[in-house]
Amino acid sequence: MYSATEKALIVSIWEKVTPHTEQWGGEALERLFTVFPQTKIYFKHVDTSPGSAAIRTHGDKVMKAIGSTAGDLDNMSTTLSSLSNLHAYNLMVDPVNFKLLSHCILVVLANHLPSEFTPEAHLAFDKFLASVASVLSHKYR
Amino acid sequence: MVHWTDAEREAINTFWAKIDHEEVGHQALTRVLVVYPWTQRYFSTFGNLSNATAIAGNPKVRAHGKRVLDALGDAITHLDNVSATYAKLSQLHSEKLHVDPENFRLLGETLIIVLAGQFGAAFTPAIHATWQKFLAVVIAALSKQYH
Repeated sequence: MYSATEKALIVSIWEKVTPHTEQWGGEALERLFTVFPQTKIYFKHVDTSPGSAAIRTHGDKVMKAIGSTAGDLDNMSTTLSSLSNLHAYNLMVDPVNFKLLSHCILVVLANHLPSEFTPEAHLAFDKFLASVASVLSHKYR
Repeated sequence: MVHWTDAEREAINTFWAKIDHEEVGHQALTRVLVVYPWTQRYFSTFGNLSNATAIAGNPKVRAHGKRVLDALGDAITHLDNVSATYAKLSQLHSEKLHVDPENFRLLGETLIIVLAGQFGAAFTPAIHATWQKFLAVVIAALSKQYH
């Protein structure tokens, strides 16, 4: 459940993320692999070295997918339906990793948007990313 | 015993020297109470925690944030034996304060987010990883005397 203020906060902050999805998405993944190295097992087929093109591309994809839900939070399961299938039936990423990536995304936001990422914005985004994680794993069983 | 590389010791100590205990402690505790409102259950004597502004302006929150960061300093001074350093604190949190250790993890994550906000580009993934490791050691030490 989001208040109107939270919805507005998510939209306004995401507007600032949009021009940087590749760089910041790549950075979130780099942090994930550096801070939580066990997460690399899901990327054995990919060059996970810092700054790699593959990571920037993937980070861009992840951030854009998250961003696609920001304007219509109440319909997240529809917007992410095929990604939800992918994570459930193909990727089978252990859901604990969604929390780890969410944390890294929050770190990136705090890092690049220090004045905008207020405690209220932090709360809204923590909820937002938790919802994304929940939708991505809700077809697991 | 935890093994610390020279680079890790340096990363921890260099950053620690630049941290304003009161300010960072205040921001971290404020965010924990705002982002995870159920944690307010441990602070019923703190007065007004009714919204983010009240929490941020609450002098008891500020004082307690500083206290927490000062205690973190003890761990940094005794990096090679955080468990022993925190034995009494661990007992206090378990037997007197009855704090669910999950909250240590929430505060740890939040502290990292505050450091990321303060230090910008200097808070590289490698530094982030070192602080994650340090806080994991702190959390393990704080949880050790629970039974």
